[in-house]
Amino acid sequence: MKKSHSEGGLTSNLLKKPIKRWGLLFLGPTLACFLIGFVWPFIQGIWLSFCKFRLTSDAKFVGLANYFEAFKDITFLYSFGYTALFAVVSVVLINLFAFLIALALTKGIKGSNVFRTVFFMPNLIGGIVLGYIWSMIFDGVLSRFATNILMEAKYGFWGLVIVMCWQQIGYMMIIYIAGLQAIPEDMMEAASIDGASSLQTLFKITIPNVMPSITICMFLTLSNSFKLFDQNLALTGGQPFGFLADGTSIHKTEMLALNIYNTFYVSSNLRGVAQAKAVIFFILVAAISLIQLRATRSREVQQ
Amino acid sequence: MADLKKAKTIHSVMSICFAVLALLWVFPVFIVVLNSFKVNTFVKTSTFSFPTGEQWAGFKNFITGMTLGNYPFLKSVFYSFYITIVSTALILVCTSMTAWYVSRIDSKFCRIVYALCLFSMIVPFQMVMFTLSKTADSLKLNTPYTIPIVYLGFGAGLAIFMLSGFVKSVPLAMEEAAFIDGCGPVRVFFGIVLPVLKPTLISVAILEIMWVWNDYLLPYLVLDRTKYMTIPIQIQYLKGSYGTVDLGATMAMILLGIIPVIIFYLSCQKYIIKGVAAGAVKG
Amino acid sequence: MKKALSILLVVLMAVGAVFAQGAGETSTASKGSVYWLNFKPESDAVLQEVAAAYTAETGVPVKVVTAASGTYNQTLTAEMDKSNPPTLFVVGNGQAVDTWGDFCLDLKGTKIANELNTDAYNLYDANGKLCSIGYCYESFGIIVNKALLAKAGYSVDDIKDFASLKAIAEDIHARSKTLGFDAFTSSGMDGSSSWRFSGHLANVALYYESVEDNWQGQPATITGKYLPNFKNIWDLYINNSAYDPKTLATGGFDAEAEFGKGQAVFYQNGSWEYDALTNTYGMNPADLTMIPFYAGVAGEEKAGLNSGTENCWAVNAKASQADIDATLDFMYWLVTSETGTKKLAQTFGAIPYKKAAPSGNVFLDAANEYSQKGNYVMTWAFNYTPSVDNWRAGVVSAMNQYDAAQTDANWKAVETAFVKGWENYYKMEH
Repeated sequence: MKKSHSEGGLTSNLLKKPIKRWGLLFLGPTLACFLIGFVWPFIQGIWLSFCKFRLTSDAKFVGLANYFEAFKDITFLYSFGYTALFAVVSVVLINLFAFLIALALTKGIKGSNVFRTVFFMPNLIGGIVLGYIWSMIFDGVLSRFATNILMEAKYGFWGLVIVMCWQQIGYMMIIYIAGLQAIPEDMMEAASIDGASSLQTLFKITIPNVMPSITICMFLTLSNSFKLFDQNLALTGGQPFGFLADGTSIHKTEMLALNIYNTFYVSSNLRGVAQAKAVIFFILVAAISLIQLRATRSREVQQ
Repeated sequence: MADLKKAKTIHSVMSICFAVLALLWVFPVFIVVLNSFKVNTFVKTSTFSFPTGEQWAGFKNFITGMTLGNYPFLKSVFYSFYITIVSTALILVCTSMTAWYVSRIDSKFCRIVYALCLFSMIVPFQMVMFTLSKTADSLKLNTPYTIPIVYLGFGAGLAIFMLSGFVKSVPLAMEEAAFIDGCGPVRVFFGIVLPVLKPTLISVAILEIMWVWNDYLLPYLVLDRTKYMTIPIQIQYLKGSYGTVDLGATMAMILLGIIPVIIFYLSCQKYIIKGVAAGAVKG
Repeated sequence: MKKALSILLVVLMAVGAVFAQGAGETSTASKGSVYWLNFKPESDAVLQEVAAAYTAETGVPVKVVTAASGTYNQTLTAEMDKSNPPTLFVVGNGQAVDTWGDFCLDLKGTKIANELNTDAYNLYDANGKLCSIGYCYESFGIIVNKALLAKAGYSVDDIKDFASLKAIAEDIHARSKTLGFDAFTSSGMDGSSSWRFSGHLANVALYYESVEDNWQGQPATITGKYLPNFKNIWDLYINNSAYDPKTLATGGFDAEAEFGKGQAVFYQNGSWEYDALTNTYGMNPADLTMIPFYAGVAGEEKAGLNSGTENCWAVNAKASQADIDATLDFMYWLVTSETGTKKLAQTFGAIPYKKAAPSGNVFLDAANEYSQKGNYVMTWAFNYTPSVDNWRAGVVSAMNQYDAAQTDANWKAVETAFVKGWENYYKMEH
């Protein structure tokens, strides 16, 4: 990191000085907002996860109790498992389709640009709106069979997968196309002169060359899946519920983010637990992102 | 020769396949259009039919939707536009200045700022949502006119990351020459640096617009909901509350909500697609 | 292009600055202002009018905000944490008193408390502080369209208990094609109407249990002994209407319109529907009445309507003195002035205050008639529900499964959600 920085830095202190004099103008607004919008809420969030509170003004320190509660909470563990399963399925499907479509669209098919435009379009539509559009469509289909998306966990699951695919395939496709177009042409030509079959070309040349794109897309879809909230809220809201013998209701299609949100409001006693869950969630997402950064970096070095 | 012919056939077959797939892709939007003109009671029972005969509602859904839930929809549209435009502009101006300063000065403090920006990119919103809404409320950031400050704070990370990546690759010679000619840093930045940054600024702008326009949870928690709603918030309200749900009207409002987006997309799709590719490669 | 853009931006920013200033001014008015967090979506429109009328008359700003249905507690918690919290809010049951008691101003001896004509709807905390006072009382049961019932060849007097209700409803449903109307309206289970069942209809099971076990406060556990009766009446609703029970979960129904347009004889709802039915749908008051929930409980011929309230005002003790005074004045005006009492009567029916305007509400009249005949009032035992929004959401989800396939196993899940869910949420709250 240090190296990359000094690359862009001004070498002469003579030039740095006048800029520094204006530092307040250049840094001030952003830093002030950054403190308000991010740093302070973040620190306060960490602190509150160790507190019992109803309103943020009456917090009492309780140590790690909230974290124990969070890990004991079966609905949290369930939503974790559910989210993980969802993530695996959607990562595989989205990337597979996005890659295949990108591959086809870089072969010079007529109308490639139009197709690209169309496939990307769902990304412009927000999660809440997407959720409602699709819940109408799913209910329109399922009503033929006298049921609806809230009735069975599997409908909700596949419904979410379809929505996510519809939205994200276009996005990932764009990244794959960029990766595919960056492959040096002479490499492909050399392969075809050597008489390589198209499958051989795909596995020996194309895939290794777009590996950076693949890594990026994998992790983007992974962290998008883990952070999913809007679509979850609008499409199923966690329905249907299942009941354990002790009366705990498991929201069968509730993902992590929604679980945290609901915990915050289920009872005023549980707000600290909700915040502790949020911290755990943060660590999880951060870990995924850091691994991503690592992976991308190491790929770049190899190239 | 035969091979070429074969390749041609494959191409046209693929073209047709993709045309079908593309139609499938726009199908949901098409269904929204259909149902926004359909009488409410038929939306659920015959979702996929054309709104003809007794199902035809004309523009009634749009009129109902505009006034549904005691909150005029046009107000939400205005606030959505306002928040998106101002937030994006604020982010672009402030973060480009910061990004340039941070990469040119490169002091210890600047490195800390940069590292914090990177860090903020990986923090999920749930981590700060409760405390952010409280902070924003006590600082009166709960109006559409002040919420851009929150967006700048929470969105600064990605923008600074992308912009400083680009700044670093810009040769110093021009800036140094300008300094030697006696230009001040403000003139150097706005006169020389900013024009060079344009492609990246457009990419950043597009990512931020897509984020802010569609954002639901942040404005939902931060804005004073008693006075201000954005389009996603109002659509969530339409569905979840106030007596009976009017699905036809909801679809009409959804249609109104996505029309600006589609226009925006079709008119700048070249930049959007480039911006996404650039943003993804960096982020 | 660039210039136009930058001009546009500057204009937007300027507009923003002006508006932001304006917004700031109203909130810091020295006169005090009222912020009422209302929890009845169906009253929202009328309350907005009341607020506007009061502001026009006195110049005191009144803001009425209505939480989306099923989110009152969530909204209250969020709003209380803000810098301008509600000054007037609803503390409608013992559990809310436990949670929000320290936010409640002691209303004993206030001008408004002296206007009350009964203590029946007031809530006190353990130390005898008057935390909240009722602002209306309501009755709910099964609304009957007498004209349609007569067309089908029956009168209200033919309905005496569950058996007679069932016989009539099933007969009407069987002949619905020729009659042109059905027995019950749809029982939609989306957020806009599921509370009628998970809240009000559930009172059948909760009320009888509360009487038998002599509840003095919120019980930690319930037995669900009367759930079979709840099932009786629920089965009757869903199997004797024009709509397939399997589709209820999706929602999108408009039971009020079905009833208002004469498509069904029976419609479970409360006295607050009077205004909509007679005004919006132009129904003749003489054709309307309300009967008790008959569910096959022994001795139910002597049942009356479900009467009570969860509409109790509490004043935020932590608000500024100016706001508290403004709020108390507003409340006093509501229950004494001509405009105020009239509007309250219009949306809430009866209010327990000395100067209450006559409501002319036939459903409340029906409630009184039952009482005068010596029938017992079914009090609102559901006010004890712990974590009420979540408990109801669980019951609704289980009922959806049951509606899709009316099997014993699915009903078992409803029982679990009902009984075990109660126990579970009680533990979470305490």
